[in-house]
Amino acid sequence: MTTLLIAEHDHETLKDSTNKALTAASQLGGDVHVLVAGGGQGTKAAAEAAAKLAGVAKVLVAEGPAYEHDLAEPLAALIVALAPNYDAFVAPATSRFKNVMPRVAALLDVMQVSEIIKVVAPDTYERPIYAGNAIQTVKSKDAKKVITVRTSTFAAAGEGGSAAIENAASAADPGLSTFVGEEVAKSDRPELTSAKIIVSGGRAMQSRENFAKYIEPLADKLGAGVGASRAAVDAGYAPNDWQVGQTGKVVAPELYVAIGISGAIQHLAGMKDSKVIVAINKDEDAPIFQVADYGLVADLYQAVPELTEALGKLGK
Amino acid sequence: MKVLVPVKRVVDYNVKVRVKSDGTGVELANVKMSMNPFDEIAVEEALRLKEAGKATEVVVVSIGPAQASETIRTGLAMGADRGILVKAEGNVEPLAVAKILKAVVEAEQPGLVILGKQAIDDDSNQTGQMLAALLGWSQATFASKLEVEGSDFKVTREVDGGLQTIKLKGPAIVTTDLRLNEPRYASLPNIMKAKKKPIDDKSASDYGVDLTPRLEVLKTAEPAGRKAGVKVKDVAELVNKLKTEAGVL
Repeated sequence: MTTLLIAEHDHETLKDSTNKALTAASQLGGDVHVLVAGGGQGTKAAAEAAAKLAGVAKVLVAEGPAYEHDLAEPLAALIVALAPNYDAFVAPATSRFKNVMPRVAALLDVMQVSEIIKVVAPDTYERPIYAGNAIQTVKSKDAKKVITVRTSTFAAAGEGGSAAIENAASAADPGLSTFVGEEVAKSDRPELTSAKIIVSGGRAMQSRENFAKYIEPLADKLGAGVGASRAAVDAGYAPNDWQVGQTGKVVAPELYVAIGISGAIQHLAGMKDSKVIVAINKDEDAPIFQVADYGLVADLYQAVPELTEALGKLGK
Repeated sequence: MKVLVPVKRVVDYNVKVRVKSDGTGVELANVKMSMNPFDEIAVEEALRLKEAGKATEVVVVSIGPAQASETIRTGLAMGADRGILVKAEGNVEPLAVAKILKAVVEAEQPGLVILGKQAIDDDSNQTGQMLAALLGWSQATFASKLEVEGSDFKVTREVDGGLQTIKLKGPAIVTTDLRLNEPRYASLPNIMKAKKKPIDDKSASDYGVDLTPRLEVLKTAEPAGRKAGVKVKDVAELVNKLKTEAGVL
């Protein structure tokens, strides 16, 4: 069997989520080919990076304006055009592929398996349901498999390959949607899904200014990514792409620091696989303490600056 | 323009679900059921389009057991005009749901279908994209803003890293994210009025769709538990524990 892994990249560099999905793709047991579809010159660089990953047999490149802005229709058409050569289609469960892969699955008349956390056998996988409150083991009876991978549960594949790079056969753009614009926050902080440490704030932060005054300096001291609870995002204290939870990002860093977050089920679903969890909250009955390794019952407006200062003394 | 809004009956988001001890699924007996929260946002958006004069009729459709008519009534009480119940027993996978919805769309000819981005029971996040694929329509998932431009649409989407705005050729499929709107509560007079609104009764076999699941559920288990740790008395102790005990600093 041969698996097509669709690469996540930002049209310049290959994303870590690709390395993690590669680990899942390799566990299916067949050869793994990687498709890098994008617009502009950066696509080639991402393809070269993919060719170096251990376990990749071949890299296909599709470069063109239709793939520049991650529109679902042309990318799905491309994957479907390549489908006769493949038995399985794997992609990281990022917003791009949550958007595209079900479209591919339906065009192939396949029931997609979303956000797998474990490959049990080439046709059998574990996936969370009910915000991670239950884990389902499912066996796909479809001839072809379409799978998205929850990247927080797979280790990143390393380098060590030297795969050939070929151009992918092209597919016509259905021309159903067009790109208008984007607002992408540029940040020097690590991305949430690959950060080793994450500092998150909740509703108790009370304002966007307090995020900047309390959460961000602590994150910067730790070299951490910044997250937020849904309540904080809904209230406008933090941008939407910071949201950690069932419907936001699912993360599993080495250290997760939850500040002023009560710990709704939907939030826990996004972070409870973190290695070490620290919670700072003034409500000692907050559910977050039931999953925290270290809980500090304190007023965050005093404790967080103290923590930031203490870390400074440690040379952080 | 007619707007079609598919809605799903799911375990209420406040319920802490329990896995059955025999591993066959989660406990659904005597559990509060509600409309999937993302679908409420979809109904709300359709109603706002109607109130703004951009939509002429809002039709809610649900696929599921007879009790799914309650979910449709919720949509009608919010203000939708009429409902369609497609009866189907057992687990109906997103692909089968999309196939039924395709048949409903072909009968109803809406200019726009708004769906929740995912149902909070199976967390699949597939149906809207699959429906768009089967119809050959444009799609915009994870919408935080929707504007009608003639028969086309401009949609702002929540994506990794920020927001993306795209233009869709109509008819189109849009799936909702949390920030699209805040759904209204149904008022008592509207709940009473909803009882008189029509619901068409259909069954999956009317549409000739094969509901046989493609995924065989082998078992359903509790996730690995996580024990509560310790409470520290102050910041100094926290830093000390993180450094020496956890080794993460």
